[in-house]
Amino acid sequence: MESNARRSSYVLGFVLAVGLTAIPFAVVAKHYMSPANSLIVIAITAVLQVLVHLRFFLHLRLTTTPRENLLAIAFTAVLLFLMLGGSFWIMFDLDRRMAL
Amino acid sequence: MSVSVPAASGPHEVEASDVHEQRALGFWLYLMGDAVIFALLFMTYAIMVGNTAAGPTGKALFNLNNTISETALLLISSTTFGFASIASREGDRRSVLGWLLITFILGAGFVTLEIREFTGLIARGAGPDRSGFLSAFFTLVGTHGTHVSVGLIWILILGGQVIAKGLTVSVASRLYRLGLFWHFLDIAWVGIFSVVYLPGLL
Repeated sequence: MESNARRSSYVLGFVLAVGLTAIPFAVVAKHYMSPANSLIVIAITAVLQVLVHLRFFLHLRLTTTPRENLLAIAFTAVLLFLMLGGSFWIMFDLDRRMAL
Repeated sequence: MSVSVPAASGPHEVEASDVHEQRALGFWLYLMGDAVIFALLFMTYAIMVGNTAAGPTGKALFNLNNTISETALLLISSTTFGFASIASREGDRRSVLGWLLITFILGAGFVTLEIREFTGLIARGAGPDRSGFLSAFFTLVGTHGTHVSVGLIWILILGGQVIAKGLTVSVASRLYRLGLFWHFLDIAWVGIFSVVYLPGLL
């Protein structure tokens, strides 16, 4: 990739990240909506911003990034799903039963 | 595959670029391991966040403006590191050093803000020993701050190597891996403000 293309990739990533940061901070600061809806906005903008960082700062591409790196990130995602999902399931179930 | 190797590059150079590709993959695997550590700390925090032991909650302790400043410093530093990476590809040594210096200053500003926040919390009696919530908070945010501090030392070391050795193939490949590390830390910070500070201040 040309230097200019790389530079505009970082600048575009920066602009998108600023926008995706400003939205949840504004929602929290100005109390535009209920806490439950605010949490949904925070979660969606966080996921989008992580994708923006992976794409524009870490230059992760489904086509050009080496397959080993994509496999590693996919494997990590499976691990996290099992560990986080399992732990939340167990801990919150336990919490509910203890409260009975 | 050897057919596509240009005649100009001898077997030695091909080996060298192979080594750097392997190191990039190895470093990527380390980052994935680090991502697992952070994710488990996030999970611990999410489970512990309600356990304040009748002590202060996030709403009483967190400061939105401080979090905005930290977020801005880290995000801008991620972008300036990107410019250092571009300069490194162009072989522009002075630009690399300039961007690394700016990145270092921004990162040091972030760590300063975080240390100020931590000492302020501890002075108010809201240290990691106060409640399960605060133990999890200091562990998660402190682990991230430690990573950034290590990244700062790493920037200094690589800046020294750029000055002493120039942008050799090895130094450039180290800069590339430091860049992966630095951008990764910004992603972890997105998780921290989205899981810790913003929900805490709702």
